[in-house]
Amino acid sequence: MPAFLYSQPLAPLHELERYQNAHLRPGSYGASANFIGTMRDFNAGDDVQLMTLEHYPAMTQQFLDRLCEEASSKWPLVDCLIIHRFGEIKPGDPIVLTAAWSAHREDAFAACRYLIEELKARAPFWKKETTGEKERWVHDV
Amino acid sequence: MTIEVKFFASLREKLGMDSVRIEARPGMTVREVWDQLTERDYPVNTLCAINMDYARADDVVNDGDEVAFFPPVTGG
Repeated sequence: MPAFLYSQPLAPLHELERYQNAHLRPGSYGASANFIGTMRDFNAGDDVQLMTLEHYPAMTQQFLDRLCEEASSKWPLVDCLIIHRFGEIKPGDPIVLTAAWSAHREDAFAACRYLIEELKARAPFWKKETTGEKERWVHDV
Repeated sequence: MTIEVKFFASLREKLGMDSVRIEARPGMTVREVWDQLTERDYPVNTLCAINMDYARADDVVNDGDEVAFFPPVTGG
């Protein structure tokens, strides 16, 4: 049930296959659900050329680790996985992968959704967009 | 007692502070830490953490704590 933070480009389908082959015993699960979040080239009516994703390294890692543990306590999962990018990201680049494996699809879907929704609501990441010559934080105080 | 205070994202840029170590008095709250370090009112939507767990502005800090202030999160 690991969570990883990547500064390097993320190839989610490759990572999914690699993790599954390395850590999941064939036949031990009947359902796998995954979510991939990808950077758009538009936001709030503007073209976006680049995004910088800042995080709070130790807190972010701890938060994502706990999120995997929570999902595993709420649903009977065989395993789950989170990988999230930080640093400079270009339009079209994958930002996040959440995945859950279970015996049946209901639990896999629910856990996968829980991982991404809780991550978006509470994990300490902050997006800064470059639009034309300007930079802006996606949400500000 | 000494605590470490960190600021992230737009707060770090606006305040011009990344990480500072300060002397705190016993019983000091997170909001009082903010007030000691900044000239600004505590923004209503600011989030804070003590030792990497979400905290409230009226939570008390202790010696050696790491206190963080940051804007609403936008991951995923």
